[in-house]
Amino acid sequence: MLNYTFHWRPAFNALPDMLWGALVSLQIAVLSMVIGVVLAVFLALGRQSNNKFLYGFSTGWVELARNTPALFQIYMTYFGLGSFGIHLDSYVALLAGIAFNNAGYLAETFRGGLRAIPHTQTRAARSLGMTAPQAFRLIVLPQMFRIVFYPMTNQMVWALLMTSLGVTVGLNTDLTGVTQDLNVRTFRTFEFFAIAAVIYYLLAKLITLSSRLFAWRLFRY
Amino acid sequence: MIELKDVQKNFGSLEVLKGVSLMVQKGEVLSVIGGSGSGKSTMLMCINGLEPIQGGQILVNGTDVHARGTDLNKLRQRIGIVFQQWNAFPHLTVLENVMLAPRKVLGKSKREAEEIAVKQLTHVGLGEKLKVYPSKLSGGQQQRMAIARALAMSPDYMLFDEVTSALDPQLVGEVLDTLKMLSEEGMTMILVTHEIRFARDVSDRVAFFHQGLIHEIGKPEQVIGNPQKPETIEFLKSVL
Amino acid sequence: MFETSLTWNDTIFLLQGAGTTLTITFWAVLGGTILGMLFGLIRATSPWWVNAPIGFVLDILRSVPLLIQFVLANSFKSILKLQVSAFTVGCVVLALYTAAYCAEIVRGGILAVPPTTRRAARSLGMTYTQDLTNIVFPMALRVALPSWIGLTLGVMKDTALVLWIGIVELLRASQVIVTRIQEPLFVLSIAGLIYFLMSFPIARLGARLEKRWREND
Repeated sequence: MLNYTFHWRPAFNALPDMLWGALVSLQIAVLSMVIGVVLAVFLALGRQSNNKFLYGFSTGWVELARNTPALFQIYMTYFGLGSFGIHLDSYVALLAGIAFNNAGYLAETFRGGLRAIPHTQTRAARSLGMTAPQAFRLIVLPQMFRIVFYPMTNQMVWALLMTSLGVTVGLNTDLTGVTQDLNVRTFRTFEFFAIAAVIYYLLAKLITLSSRLFAWRLFRY
Repeated sequence: MIELKDVQKNFGSLEVLKGVSLMVQKGEVLSVIGGSGSGKSTMLMCINGLEPIQGGQILVNGTDVHARGTDLNKLRQRIGIVFQQWNAFPHLTVLENVMLAPRKVLGKSKREAEEIAVKQLTHVGLGEKLKVYPSKLSGGQQQRMAIARALAMSPDYMLFDEVTSALDPQLVGEVLDTLKMLSEEGMTMILVTHEIRFARDVSDRVAFFHQGLIHEIGKPEQVIGNPQKPETIEFLKSVL
Repeated sequence: MFETSLTWNDTIFLLQGAGTTLTITFWAVLGGTILGMLFGLIRATSPWWVNAPIGFVLDILRSVPLLIQFVLANSFKSILKLQVSAFTVGCVVLALYTAAYCAEIVRGGILAVPPTTRRAARSLGMTYTQDLTNIVFPMALRVALPSWIGLTLGVMKDTALVLWIGIVELLRASQVIVTRIQEPLFVLSIAGLIYFLMSFPIARLGARLEKRWREND
């Protein structure tokens, strides 16, 4: 009935290459998160701003990021920006696309987190002579990060999964890209991608686990 | 010296302060009593510029608090304030709570800030709790920490906004003891409080607030012991 | 004046792509919701030795990139020599993926009903089933519905990935046109606008619903 023989050996031989690819995937995920978090803080503030331009800009960003596919956003950075004479290579385009997406989702998360911190905390900080930016940076922001830590971890996992989309814009150094290259050479699609799936799963678990550990170390209060 | 001249403050159409004039000399302890919503807490917020005013003038050490060019952050270093809700910074240990402003606002070194913080925390009886997070403290301990946090800036004045109102009854005493200690050390203090007996014991003068105005002000034995205005008599009857 | 080589036929082509996107979304969400409710109910009410393996499998579906799941399913289909279209494969994979998320939403909704409420229901003489249908489900629905709307929109956006197994949905349609007329920004913007119009109003509705129900609590 099943006259297909699985050939796992070549796939396992390719494991080192795939693990290198996994490292690239992880690198993109981490970078996209770092950029995304920084942008999201500003977007969240922009969403609360009275300045019409800042409000419009950040709202537009957030709604666009949340209401179009991530793949569309990556196509935009890769193909779309070309119309402005900006030609990003696939690595940068992927990174930019995911960072854009992260920032949009995280901005909403952060906005909720900021709202959960009582205004009296800022007032207490200001009464000690801190400037508004000092109060935000030293008092509000650290508390916000605790509140949003769990959703941030989820976003990090999604960022990792999104890196697999790089292959659609020709990236061949990340895990999916490397796997696809091997697939094209050997046509052992199922074996290679099954192993890739396992690696992604383990990476996702690694992220969840290490962020739990991190939270446990960081938020002692 | 803190001086209020005909201060008016409103939230929208609600008039909270309707022309308050007041003078607090260096070394003096002034208690402010009155019903809820009489504007006494708002007055404290106006004194250190946390709330803007709509009319009149507030002078602290001769500086007009609400003038355009006034550096409020500088000014607030001279005025410590402790709130009803103690507002501990939950993500910092007790020691870090007190060290933060001296380091970031006064620019002290870590060592100096720690020295100051340990001294002030020991002073209010929290010398054993330095490495603990506020969530592990009782309300009274958190409130004393908030006092130490304000004192660490070595302010000229201390404002206390109903600092015992949110505490469980059995914890009120330890905070009042701390306030008493400060008054005996000669700290200039404005004390908004519901603790009438305590006010009588520690104050140099007492002011009775009613509907955004000071109705009576003077020595405690006079305002509390022998009030003249019907509003004051009514109020004291309701709380004593 | 703005000039474009985009023709009327291209626009129709894009809209057909959008139709495919919606069709796949419909089947995936339909299948995913039925399966998800089943799994979620089992997860919320079963002992751990039933719960754990199901949870493990669903977790895998959530932790492996959807793109890889499509490729794997497609190649598995060839291995088994199954005579099914890529469209069916796409729908099935997406339905399972949807089910994995939906199960957690359903489970969360059921577990959000306080045990005290359920005890109260039982103490009034309701049977276990009566308690579930009259108390637990209506309360769980309020918790779950906003998340479910979010999930539906998420799936709609994720359908874009089926282009990798050769299905021409909205994004792939726009790419085909871009290749011909070489106006990537303009054509992609139209595709983006269509996505936005399909997603944004429903997202708003979901947010409103969530807010109103939270205020009523």
